[in-house]
Amino acid sequence: MKRVYVNEKWCLGCHLCEYYCSFAGTNEKDMARALKDIKINPRIKIEEKDGISFAVSCRHCHEPLCVKGCITGALSIKDGVITINKDKCVGCYTCILCCPYGAISSSEDGAVQKCELCKGTPACVKGCPNEAIVFEEREA
Amino acid sequence: MKYVIIGNSTAAVGAIEGIRQIDGKGEIIVISSEPHHTYSRPLISYLLLGKTTEEKMKYRGDDFYTKNNVKFINAMATEIKGKEVVLSGGERIAFDKLLVATGSSPVVPPFEVKGAKEKFTFASLDDAKKLDKVLDKNKRVLIVGAGLIGLKCAEGILKRVAHITVVDLAPRILSSILDEGGAKLVQNHLEAQGIEFKLGTGFDKDADFDILVVAVGVRPNTDLLKDIAKIERGIVVNVKSETSAPDIYSAGDCTQSPQILPNAYMQGECAGVNMAGGEKVFDKSIPMNAIGFFGLHIITAGSYVGDVYSDDDVQSGNYKRLFYSDNKLNGYILIGNVDKAGIYTSLIREQTALDSIDFALVCEKPGLMAFKREVRKKKLG
Repeated sequence: MKRVYVNEKWCLGCHLCEYYCSFAGTNEKDMARALKDIKINPRIKIEEKDGISFAVSCRHCHEPLCVKGCITGALSIKDGVITINKDKCVGCYTCILCCPYGAISSSEDGAVQKCELCKGTPACVKGCPNEAIVFEEREA
Repeated sequence: MKYVIIGNSTAAVGAIEGIRQIDGKGEIIVISSEPHHTYSRPLISYLLLGKTTEEKMKYRGDDFYTKNNVKFINAMATEIKGKEVVLSGGERIAFDKLLVATGSSPVVPPFEVKGAKEKFTFASLDDAKKLDKVLDKNKRVLIVGAGLIGLKCAEGILKRVAHITVVDLAPRILSSILDEGGAKLVQNHLEAQGIEFKLGTGFDKDADFDILVVAVGVRPNTDLLKDIAKIERGIVVNVKSETSAPDIYSAGDCTQSPQILPNAYMQGECAGVNMAGGEKVFDKSIPMNAIGFFGLHIITAGSYVGDVYSDDDVQSGNYKRLFYSDNKLNGYILIGNVDKAGIYTSLIREQTALDSIDFALVCEKPGLMAFKREVRKKKLG
């Protein structure tokens, strides 16, 4: 299955992936207009320190601790993609407790949020100006 | 192969999914004393709060039993005789491999409270429905037990009753997951919502209450394996979820491992894989818990021994404690800001040597940045 991978040495720390991710969550046509004056809360997040930066989003693990730990059944694996049913999620954060990558976060609506690979065309990958984030098939 | 599972909650679902990873054909029979489709027990407080519905609290979709080819029997298993389970109606169900996932039952001590004739417990959907029927804006509630169950119950019903008093013999709330400072912070938050506490003391039996909820603890349901398998505080199982009796497995609250939902699922899944002839061990069980009250989130894991890293932000209500010794993280408490808590959980689970990471950085801010570049590359690759 194709997944999102980061090439740390090519990451510029520009945070564009975060903006593209947030934009993908809106139904707007224009990114500048959609994100104007709002504090973005993307599902992919840059970690940075002392000139090192890289993006972290859901790894879509083969043995996902978040899915196994989910108390409601809101997290499930659909064709390899770990998806969140926001309608079922009560925001207990057991998945935040379980995820070893810190890739699941809280959201404004009370449910958790995570990368669901944009139905196969991840916006973060398209928006990355330096190919530091790629969407490809690699051996498990 | 014929698999029989007694129980229909988290561990049972884990086992069904575990069996089906290996064996797509074998017959699976679930024997459940509750008539309901598998549901999430911790959600009963959210049901009373109106934050979920019976439909949404189903732990798996409507097609779960059909999709996994599981036969569901609503009956009480009364005895295990040889390789058969005897049901309350006398019917016998034969098995090749058996999983006992009977859960736990609330402990109800024999005491009386003036005014409140009935003792409510808060562990099942039927418990919640019974309580739901008596809730009333004019009624005063006494909850005995300031643990996870008692306080979730309090949150669930607070807006629907006149007043709630929570009593506990322990001097602090949530004593199973919080240290003194954390408990005080959460208690203040709950008091600000209007809940009254009487801690470190018994309660006045002559005080008048209309509703009494007993939440002093639970006891593993081990009776079925009495005289058949080794039982201590709960059913004793090894890392493969096997009991001391051949072909009988056990998982979840009825065992004596540290339970809390993620563990119950994984122990059940481990049982299922092994029952079906696969190989799986469940040996990384650590106590862990995520819970929230009125918007204040708490995540905890591990044990609270060793040196302590503290970070409190009184303004924002954030509270952080990390406990470490011998180059390992032992446990942590996060209240308020719980972002990326799983980074800490994994340091405990994997017993990561703290001198192999930037521990000072991870204390301040959990993240993958604290790991060496090559480790990070492996993690993200």
